[in-house]
Amino acid sequence: MALCDRIIGNGVGAKAVVAITGLMLTGFVMAHLSGNLLVFAGPEAFNKYAAGLKSLGGILWVARLGLLGIFILHLGLAIRLNLENKAARPQKYVNEATMEATFASRYMVQTGLLLFAFIIYHLAHYTFRVASDDVNAVPAEDVYGMVIAGFSNPIVSGFYVLAMAALAMHLKHGVSSAFQSLGIYHPNLNVVTQKLGPIIAAIVFVGFASIPVSVLMGCIK
Amino acid sequence: MDLTLHVWRQKNSKSDGHMEIVEAKDVSEHSSFLEMLDVVNENLLGQGKEPIAFDHDCREGICGACSLVINGEPHGPEYGTTTCQLHMRSFKSGQHVYIEPWRARALPVLKDLIVDRTSFDRIQQAGGFVSSNTGSPQDANALPIPKPDADKAFDAAVCIGCGACAAACKNASPMLFVAAKVSQLAILPQGKPERERRVLAMVDQMKKEGFGNCTNQYECEAACPKEISVEHIARMNREYFRAAILEEPEKQGHGGD
Amino acid sequence: MNLDSKIPSGPLEEKWEKHKFEMKLVNPANRRKYDVIVVGSGLAGASAAATLGGHGYNVKCFCFQDSPRRAHSIAAQGGINAAKNYQGDGDSVHRLFYDTIKGGDFRAREANVHRLAEVSRNIIDQCVAQGVPFARDYGGLLDNRSFGGAQVSRTFYARGQTGQQLLLGAYSALNREINRGSVKMYSRTEMLDVVVVDGKARGIIVRNLITGEITAHTAHAVILASGGYGNVFYLSTNAKGCNVTATWRAHKRGAGFANPCYTQIHPTCIPVSGDYQSKLTLMSESLRNDGRVWVPKKQNDKRTAAEIPESERDYYLERKYPSYGNLAPRDIASRSAKEACDSGRGVGPGGLGVYLDFADSIKRLGEDAIKKRYGNLFHMYQKITAENPYKTPMRIYPAVHYTMGGLWVDYNLMSNIPGLFVLGEANFSDHGANRLGASALMQGLADGYFVIPFTLPNYFANEKFEPVNESDPAFKQTLDEVQTRTTKLLSIKGNRSVDSFHKELGKIMWDKCGMARDKSGLEEAIKKIPQLREEFWQNVKVLGDEKDLNQSLERAGRVADFLEFGELMCRDALHREESCGGHFRTEHQTEDGEAKRNDDKFCYAGVWEFKGDGKPSELHKENLTFENVKLATRSYK
Repeated sequence: MALCDRIIGNGVGAKAVVAITGLMLTGFVMAHLSGNLLVFAGPEAFNKYAAGLKSLGGILWVARLGLLGIFILHLGLAIRLNLENKAARPQKYVNEATMEATFASRYMVQTGLLLFAFIIYHLAHYTFRVASDDVNAVPAEDVYGMVIAGFSNPIVSGFYVLAMAALAMHLKHGVSSAFQSLGIYHPNLNVVTQKLGPIIAAIVFVGFASIPVSVLMGCIK
Repeated sequence: MDLTLHVWRQKNSKSDGHMEIVEAKDVSEHSSFLEMLDVVNENLLGQGKEPIAFDHDCREGICGACSLVINGEPHGPEYGTTTCQLHMRSFKSGQHVYIEPWRARALPVLKDLIVDRTSFDRIQQAGGFVSSNTGSPQDANALPIPKPDADKAFDAAVCIGCGACAAACKNASPMLFVAAKVSQLAILPQGKPERERRVLAMVDQMKKEGFGNCTNQYECEAACPKEISVEHIARMNREYFRAAILEEPEKQGHGGD
Repeated sequence: MNLDSKIPSGPLEEKWEKHKFEMKLVNPANRRKYDVIVVGSGLAGASAAATLGGHGYNVKCFCFQDSPRRAHSIAAQGGINAAKNYQGDGDSVHRLFYDTIKGGDFRAREANVHRLAEVSRNIIDQCVAQGVPFARDYGGLLDNRSFGGAQVSRTFYARGQTGQQLLLGAYSALNREINRGSVKMYSRTEMLDVVVVDGKARGIIVRNLITGEITAHTAHAVILASGGYGNVFYLSTNAKGCNVTATWRAHKRGAGFANPCYTQIHPTCIPVSGDYQSKLTLMSESLRNDGRVWVPKKQNDKRTAAEIPESERDYYLERKYPSYGNLAPRDIASRSAKEACDSGRGVGPGGLGVYLDFADSIKRLGEDAIKKRYGNLFHMYQKITAENPYKTPMRIYPAVHYTMGGLWVDYNLMSNIPGLFVLGEANFSDHGANRLGASALMQGLADGYFVIPFTLPNYFANEKFEPVNESDPAFKQTLDEVQTRTTKLLSIKGNRSVDSFHKELGKIMWDKCGMARDKSGLEEAIKKIPQLREEFWQNVKVLGDEKDLNQSLERAGRVADFLEFGELMCRDALHREESCGGHFRTEHQTEDGEAKRNDDKFCYAGVWEFKGDGKPSELHKENLTFENVKLATRSYK
């Protein structure tokens, strides 16, 4: 109980939980990305991969629930911390300067909430198939076809690209910052940890955004 | 040079404050920022207006009494400098200068630019010490301390407790201040016996005072007049996790025989 | 006035040990029945409060700053002396004792100084145990540096921030006791008077600087650790808040004030740059190791330093003191700078400055070597003056730095008012007429950690105490007096600011009672100060409310006390017809302009008794006897 209170109940502990869950979600995003990039390998490869995932059955649901739990912890604690932070300065500065804080770091909540909205839409779009008639028209087994159908709409694709920009910004600060929150700081390590955020952010953005852009440009059909 | 000051005026902790425009004429570029305010205050007094209240004492950058957020930056635009050592040559004639107090729920304004920093003292009282009775400790050289450790501990120990870290932090978090003490004593062997209790107590007190949480934006490091590194925050985080796991809840005491 | 120094009998080396054994103790269970008030939270105050709290007494500690950590001990740069002999270069307790007595120009008590040298060793042990990060060498052991007035390396240091680290050590010990509930801390609370009941100090009157509320606090003993009075000069290296109020109020209640004329002027400070100047910044004395001090030979030479050829420069310290040269002691270096400027050869704005030139050292050792040694100091100089000391010589001028005089105390650190103890710079005890570098920190901590915890219980155990409370007549009356005075300051509504009075007083003190003093100047000051004081009480302008945070009001009270104290200081300087240490009377110098002591007539501590407002103070003498050292003339030629 004391441990739970020290970790969840306290800002320093809660930050560590946000960091760990954030890194886990980053891992998920990277895995998701590597799967998605199979779309460039053609319909068979991609649909086979999707079918393989579905065939996991129970395990897939455990993984999904686990992911949901991680996500809720990450989001919930981050929001709580943010509310505490807001309350800590009830009177704002009339003239406030920013010396060191990056743009990405100052808009973590905004990019985070945008991602939250995106995820709901994304699940509705492709997983639950309730958001787009174009996608719904394609049979559920043809995941490749769903992708093409979904991203053929420039507005949808635009939103996806925007969301990926938000994700990249979120990761740029979040990944490097997670190491500091976990107390991982050493001159010999910092060269890696401080670059890791921007590098992952770049990979994620280019990787994910390439799919809708390729669909729109007709590179994949 | 002539400056237009926008100064936060507030009668006391209960009343509301507001920004007030005060003209500063013929300011010498060689004077310090606080000396500029001294002259402004003498002029205000001459006009029958109450002088601007601000904290200051040693005026050589070590006591930590002076504060002031100047144009949005705690201790003003010069890096690694307290307000008392900031000189007017850092400003241009005709400039508008905004002067505000530290802003944090746990650092309430007492009057004008003066804030109550007793929350900082209470955090130190919670555990920022080595329990060593005055008496006959072992000889000072009985326990050698590697020079890199001593130097690293010193880098943290230079904290002057001014509060600029909390003032600069977007979340009003004094992590750099708390971490400086935790880190200093965590590195030195003398601090080891109490390291778990210390970090748990100090972090807990920081929360109770109503400060915010660190989001690793490092505004504190940029504002710190003593250039203390956020490395110490990372060390405090490590200390905290270690203690959270290792420290057992306190048992009820029992008398001796 | 009873000035029994209570020095224990026996050989010098055994006095303290013997005395410690002979003093009575208070049973641990009884200690909580004793209330102790500590005024001031610097090295002496914080260490005393922490230790006494640790022993189980009920301690209340007061400071006017917003936190006890801000006391001006924090600004000490150089280091702290201790006779550890870690360097094996011949140091010993006796040598530290002798250096301190000699440095003080033979005007301090032998027994006190010897005790100081003895406990100096415990201080280092204590501070290291608290986690004070002293400088260390690569073997992990403590490092030492050498300092003025000594031929051994006995100074422990923590970069240029030794005072800060020691104070934070004492502050952390204090925090531990606050946490345990044995010390109650009152910050932003200023002591404005001592309450004496039946001849004993039984409490104080304080003003809460936030609410303006004036209240009384009772105790069985009052400890003053309120620092020195250097700010009587307005410009000094002291913090802006440093003041004489606590000790002066105690003096007015009967405590003897000893040797107020002993003030130390530090030779290497950054000169005044304009009349807005609010304080002076010290540059470490260590700079004189590699810097050469000079002024132009010609008067009113308006050329820049670079334009003045070598042949037209006067390296006056090297000329006058060939063997010590630029490393002449503080008082001598300071006076020589003043002489040079008085003769119209000073440099910089107003001609109040001399050059400290590193050009030769840079040529000899390279800029990097100089940067390694003094980089932070050069940086600080450049920050303040916007001049690059690597390219042009620094300008320096002496500034008031420390005051050796203070309330008279006996060997137990108790003033002549029973129950009123005085520690640190506030007392007069250990430095005689001049303090050596790195000895102030030593004395503050010695008093607080290792002397008062023994002598205070002895006082408690030997006294019977009547119960007192805040509504007793003595408390009520003192509180009323403080209240009346505070109200009066606000009601004058005159035309002059508090600072303008303070500046004017400072100028009188600096001109007439500064580095060099003479009879006619002092007499003039004694005439002028009461006039200024009178004008103050008729024409001072203090705005704001009484029941509110009011910095002008705080300052007004302090300046009012300086206006009384300054006069006593001049009287003391006038009566002491000799030159010794920090007190230089131009009438009393050798043919070469060196200080000339008069041991036949003035080998005593001059202790002043307050006889009432407007009445001349009465001088008492505590004769100093030297059984272990021979009185000698200092020479640095």
